[in-house]
Amino acid sequence: MSGFVQELQQRAHEDPIAIDQWLRTRKLPHVDGRNVTFVFHGAADSVHLRHWIFGLPTSQAFTRIPGSFLWHMSMQLPENSRMEYKLEIVRGHAQQLIHDPLNVVQGHDPFGGNSVVFGAGYQVPAWTQHDAETREGHIEEHSIHSEAFGGTRHYSLYFPARYRTMRRYPLLVVHDGLDYVRFSALKTVLDNMIHRLEIPSMLVALTQSPDRLREYADDPRQGEFLVRELVPHLEASYPLLGIPSARGLMGASFGAVGSLSAAWRFPGFFGNLMLQSGSFVFTDIGSHDRGPVFDNVVRFVNEFRDNPGRPAERVFMSCGQYESLIYYNRSMFPLLQSTGMHVRFSESRDGHNWENWRDRLREGLSCLFPGPLWFVYE
Amino acid sequence: MKPSSKANRTAAFQRRVILLGPQRLFPTLIQAVSALEAEGLPAGRIAAVTAGWEEREGEDQELSAHLGGRTINLRIWERGEDAYGRDKELHTAVRERNEKLRVLQELYQLRLAHLLSAADAILARGLPPGLQSIYQEECESAIEAVRALDREHLIRIREQHTLFEERWKPFERESVTRHRDELGKLLADCSLVCIAGGHVSILLRRLRLFGFPQLLQQQPLIAWSAGAMVAAERVVLFHDDPPQGAGSAEVYEAGLAIAKGVIPLPHADKRLELGDRRRVALFARRFAPDLCAVLPPKTRTDCIDGVWSAQSGTRFLNAAGDLRELEVRP
Repeated sequence: MSGFVQELQQRAHEDPIAIDQWLRTRKLPHVDGRNVTFVFHGAADSVHLRHWIFGLPTSQAFTRIPGSFLWHMSMQLPENSRMEYKLEIVRGHAQQLIHDPLNVVQGHDPFGGNSVVFGAGYQVPAWTQHDAETREGHIEEHSIHSEAFGGTRHYSLYFPARYRTMRRYPLLVVHDGLDYVRFSALKTVLDNMIHRLEIPSMLVALTQSPDRLREYADDPRQGEFLVRELVPHLEASYPLLGIPSARGLMGASFGAVGSLSAAWRFPGFFGNLMLQSGSFVFTDIGSHDRGPVFDNVVRFVNEFRDNPGRPAERVFMSCGQYESLIYYNRSMFPLLQSTGMHVRFSESRDGHNWENWRDRLREGLSCLFPGPLWFVYE
Repeated sequence: MKPSSKANRTAAFQRRVILLGPQRLFPTLIQAVSALEAEGLPAGRIAAVTAGWEEREGEDQELSAHLGGRTINLRIWERGEDAYGRDKELHTAVRERNEKLRVLQELYQLRLAHLLSAADAILARGLPPGLQSIYQEECESAIEAVRALDREHLIRIREQHTLFEERWKPFERESVTRHRDELGKLLADCSLVCIAGGHVSILLRRLRLFGFPQLLQQQPLIAWSAGAMVAAERVVLFHDDPPQGAGSAEVYEAGLAIAKGVIPLPHADKRLELGDRRRVALFARRFAPDLCAVLPPKTRTDCIDGVWSAQSGTRFLNAAGDLRELEVRP
């Protein structure tokens, strides 16, 4: 039993207000090397830790200290991990999933976010945070009529600081771009990396699909829209380099599938692909068990594996080790390498979430678009 | 030994050189100019080189305002564009030379990675009791191998420049001489020359295209960031924690050799792991006897009669792995 749990047991029978006050002075969950202890203080019939680490039971029960409302649960979490979780509180027939009230650290996503615990050694990268010295770019909102989709598509365009029309820029197109801005601090990361010369000044088109599970799952309209409509429009309107090596396409989860699909359908158009936690589910035999939303994905990935071609020149892939998708991504890595593309694959101790994707942006973007860091001293 | 004496150099003419820390957030240029004028420099026009800013070369309003509107921008980058536009043959030849230099650099980097790795591994072993002399000799030998490669690389770079100049004679071509003539006249009217930072390679090659050092009279030079780097004898690129690659400092080019005996390290506080004693020691020993001057914002180091001195607070990398202050000029 850890010293921290012993201390919990000693305090369990103190006045509840005193316990709350003491808990507020502690950084919780308590991390001691690889050992992490979660704490809950309150009335309940049972308390469970709910998380999305593939390979561990998704629900783990807390232990109540007898005669008290103090609950605890300990588990092993490797160094440099980042784990998102919620607490499941059961009272009678009612079950409630809540953020950990004793943990102020939260990760955010379109569904509301989770509490987050950092394993020993993990630090939020400084380059994801606002830097007062950084010159800031700006984002403009635009729209374009799409023949492929038969309607208006909205997109946003990131302009770097010190944008000049007499210079020509690379272009990066980002699936779920506004989500990347909201949940992965993409604008801050771009500002910082451009300011620090780790990537070149570039324009970044932030697309957002109204029906991403369908359109990103190898929907031929998505590639048509990007390659025949959006990028040509941008290259006609802005000072872009307009060559494959200066074009990039990225996305996470289904957005990575949409990126690979578009590049596969129009090989060589995008020189650079960034595929984060790609939902590259495939089957060697039989059917998959991921539900109908994955039908087109599995069909596409199976076809791709049979005939990958050479979609781009450079690919950066990343995936969390705590995602079930890690095995599919590990399988895709040698396949992509076999096409002759330059491929890098980065694993992290994290799950399928926006902050995992945020934390890999520096490595991925600087790999695909190396900046003039080595040469510029301002 | 005092650091300034290590860098002492004898020469027929020793230009007054001042190297400053980066100027964007904490401009100190005007103080340096005022100090020179207090020492007797005539308060004349100031020639400004902002070619490292490339197409933004002309956006020097802040610099000009900071110096009270006394600057004349020499527009070196723009002149380079003009020269290449008029003289396609020269432009092609420059590109071919640059490609040769790029390949040379790549091959040098391959060799350098192994030599630096060996030197670092030996330094990491430390000095077991009773075996110090063996380890010290091996350390010195490993670092000398790096120095030898750096020297050899610099010789090859200089050979490429010599071959280029002998074959293409840029200073005899009308596309270049027209600008050299103009630059000579502009510089003759200036009491001081300033070189700003930016893209170190573009800045250096544009200045070299016009034979900039030969056009200077005896004016003092103030330079910062990439400007300080190109003024040195060797241009050393550095960053200990780039997002890609090992972050091994490399000799990139022969500099203009206006500032001798110094390796300027602008933004070293951000680009180098100054708390890592082994890295600092290796860097300092590799480039000795040159002073590796740490130049964060607000710092200043002066070269008077070939001796480097500094305002309080300016530091240099020391062979022991720490940072030492330069001698303060009385």
